[in-house]
Amino acid sequence: MAITQTDYETVIGLEVHVELHTKTKIFCGCSTSFGAAPNSNTCPVCLGHPGVLPVLNRQAVEYAMKAALALNCKINEDSIFARKNYFYPDSPKAYQISQYERPIGEFGWIDIEVNGEQKRIGITRLHLEEDAGKLTHVEGGAASLVDFNRVGTPLIEIVSEPDLRSPEEARAYLEKLKAIMQYCDVSDVKMEQGSLRCDANISLRPFGQKELGTKAELKNMNSFRGVQRGIEYEQWRQADVLDSGGKVVQETRRWDEAQAKTFSMRSKEEAHDYRYFPDPDLVRMNLDSAWQERVRSSIPELPDERKQRYTEQYGLSSYDAEVITASLALADFFENSLSYTSDAKAVANWMMGDLLAYLNANNLELSGVKVTSQGLGEMIGLIEKGTISGKIAKTVFREMLESGNLPQAIVEEQGLVQISDEGAIRAIVQNVLDANPGPVADVKGGNPKAIGFLVGQVMKESKGKANPGLANKLIAELIEKM
Amino acid sequence: MSLLSIPIHELHNQLVTKQLKVGELLDESYKAIAAREQSVKAFITLNEDAARAQAVEMDATGVPSDAGLLYGLPIGIKDNIVTQGLLTTCASQFLANYQPVFDATVVKKLKMVQTVTVGKLNMDEFAMGGSNENSSYFATRNPWNTEHVPGGSSGGSAAAVAAGEVYFSLGSDTGGSIRQPAAYCGIVGLKPTYGLVSRFGLVAFASSLDQIGPLTKNVEDAAHLLQAIAGYDQHDSTSANVQIPDYASALTGDIKGLRIAVPKEYLGAGIDPQVKEKVLAALKVLEGLGATWEEVSLPHSEYAVATYYLLASSEASSNLARFDGVRYGVRTTSANNLLELYHKSRSEGFGPEVKRRIMLGTYALSSGYYDAYYLKAQQVRTLIKQDFDEVFKTYDVIIGPTAPTTAFKIGEQVNDPLKMYLNDICTIPVNLAGVPAISVPCGLVDGLPVGLQIIGNTFAESTVLRVAHAFEQHTDHHKARPFSS
Repeated sequence: MAITQTDYETVIGLEVHVELHTKTKIFCGCSTSFGAAPNSNTCPVCLGHPGVLPVLNRQAVEYAMKAALALNCKINEDSIFARKNYFYPDSPKAYQISQYERPIGEFGWIDIEVNGEQKRIGITRLHLEEDAGKLTHVEGGAASLVDFNRVGTPLIEIVSEPDLRSPEEARAYLEKLKAIMQYCDVSDVKMEQGSLRCDANISLRPFGQKELGTKAELKNMNSFRGVQRGIEYEQWRQADVLDSGGKVVQETRRWDEAQAKTFSMRSKEEAHDYRYFPDPDLVRMNLDSAWQERVRSSIPELPDERKQRYTEQYGLSSYDAEVITASLALADFFENSLSYTSDAKAVANWMMGDLLAYLNANNLELSGVKVTSQGLGEMIGLIEKGTISGKIAKTVFREMLESGNLPQAIVEEQGLVQISDEGAIRAIVQNVLDANPGPVADVKGGNPKAIGFLVGQVMKESKGKANPGLANKLIAELIEKM
Repeated sequence: MSLLSIPIHELHNQLVTKQLKVGELLDESYKAIAAREQSVKAFITLNEDAARAQAVEMDATGVPSDAGLLYGLPIGIKDNIVTQGLLTTCASQFLANYQPVFDATVVKKLKMVQTVTVGKLNMDEFAMGGSNENSSYFATRNPWNTEHVPGGSSGGSAAAVAAGEVYFSLGSDTGGSIRQPAAYCGIVGLKPTYGLVSRFGLVAFASSLDQIGPLTKNVEDAAHLLQAIAGYDQHDSTSANVQIPDYASALTGDIKGLRIAVPKEYLGAGIDPQVKEKVLAALKVLEGLGATWEEVSLPHSEYAVATYYLLASSEASSNLARFDGVRYGVRTTSANNLLELYHKSRSEGFGPEVKRRIMLGTYALSSGYYDAYYLKAQQVRTLIKQDFDEVFKTYDVIIGPTAPTTAFKIGEQVNDPLKMYLNDICTIPVNLAGVPAISVPCGLVDGLPVGLQIIGNTFAESTVLRVAHAFEQHTDHHKARPFSS
């Protein structure tokens, strides 16, 4: 492939679907629980039987408004639903109830940060719709199985402006969006379960050109990494087409994670005419200012605000604050730890270091480990008091990750308490000095490095429990007297 | 005299005093069916076993002390209103085997007042048509003259009542489908205000226009049947949350001072002179009762039919998309892939008129045509509604003919859909405006009934019923019957 990608500016817009975690479906009373037996969460309404009518779930509207307001959208008070008509076995009515004109939210934005630079990404619209069923294609093409459990799960579709310029920006946007949804508590936003889905529109144009190039729509990116890699591949592919004098074809392409390539699914000519029109079975919504204000006041502090507070109030670095606030669970863990210690920086360091390293190495979420914020806070307290050393703390923290026990209990149970009793350490020091006349002579001869070796021997002898500062002091003292 | 001709209060009294059993009443219904169905052909499905079992049980239990007037009365239900476990075909081959798993809200309400469902009534396929000739199964015939159509789409519902096969029936009205067959068959048919009766369980044709309503022998029965089915339904978002008045108590006979508007558009070109004459004679009767009438204009009436066929077909193209042979209905036996399954099932399943409207609606909603057709039609609909609003500022009711002619002959218009569409010229504007209207018999022309249409303001069913009832009390038109009974 030609590596002239820098000649082109990449233009990306994302269409993100977020499943709202209402208890029941958007237009009927069926449960939305994930993982139920196929077709068990269904009724005549979501199965589209003749004669049924949709009844709007108020909670879904409220969640959509909450998300829209958190994304700085303007709410359309007289928002309406439209039918999107298409034939496919995952759609029992052969139309999806969605929104076309007057979506719930429009004209929003979110801020992202990439390589230390802040950028505002526009949000064209946020609309509410029902999810489709799930098809499973039997191997060999003998049959396709349809599970309608997911039909009617409320979704919001969030369409960005074509403001993104790189795969990294696209990923940062998606992660910020996920964090905001998580903070608003409107969705589980789990890409692996499909409660967060992302399609991308990508086009290239020569730098300086105003009009957009021909775009490809990219589908089937099932992870944050997949989104970034898919877009990376696609921008190189398009650059290659343009470099060789070709034209990019407007089409839908599928990202294949295993092959790390995109493949054509259908061209523009095959695109549907969805024949949108207002759904006559549903009345227009009345999202009046009083309701908007009620919803607005229920929006908690969002990631950007928290990040700012963490840097200002606790002195965290911008990077640390960004990482911790990118996940509501981490941010809450951070703040809850501060009920047990006042050393915010120490909490952040432990989280950025040992905690995230462990989570990443084991591919876990915070919910997958047992350590509690109380545990971390109290452990930092034990270090401050000198009850345990920083080195011992690593052992304690590891134990907390796996058992969830509190540090005091771990320390007592495993006898990890630091020895700060001068008499006890003096005896160990004396033994070490007696056993190592060579290094002692070196110290006396003016080589301070030998002290480090002796301290190490004391720690070894004490099974790591000796207070290293005290050991140091006593070694110097006793050698002096020799 | 047939038991089914006995006035509702008297019948109720006989049931309560055990002079009459529900089973006997039902017998009368099935006897009439046995005698007349061969020539009338109103029913697609009879519910005889279940109905008789229900009657036996009701007679064993006895009349409950709180039984209402509808208790034990044999009713027929249009075949686009879903009935749990009872075939609901919409008169389409496509749904020849369709047994719903739930009851429409109106059917649930009928069960509460304990009517007995005699069977499911023929109609134009998916309620598309005005003659019943579009039924996939057979054409119902007009009991007054079996060479003629009964009207439609609720033709079976009207014919069964006129033929004395049921005490009354339910129909649905999207552009005149209750009122026009009621007029053709010489009975009473009421289309309620849009939103008064739940549409839950009515197989949708045009969701913004469809309404379920009663077809009865007289106005009082219509009031009682409407009372049973009207009211807010949480399963229908377009259902109106309004106080339901006591309709029967509105039947005072007093219309002194009533202000009647007669649209010149409803008595102009295309209206049979003899029909017009009957309408003018009816107005004389009402004048005699203390009402006054003046000619008015509903200036956008001429656009109503075009507007209706764009909007109704657009909605229908989407509403009928769910019939694909995948989950219910009849599936083609010769498909090799998914697309073929859709194409063939739908090509084999739908009749020509349904296909015509699906194509028309699909076209009107297509990208590039939406603004010129669907959107423009919506704007005209607003103007038509405003015409009515304007008239109701001054007048209590609007009166005219229900249909331009009496029932035409079977086969006469079947190859001229446009002419067929024009039969709805007086009824369609009412659906577009969402207001209530009733058709009551106002005489015969050449042995075929003429219907008088009385249109009221939104939720003014009481007014419409009161005027219709007063007219009925001072005429004998409603007493005329096609069969000696």
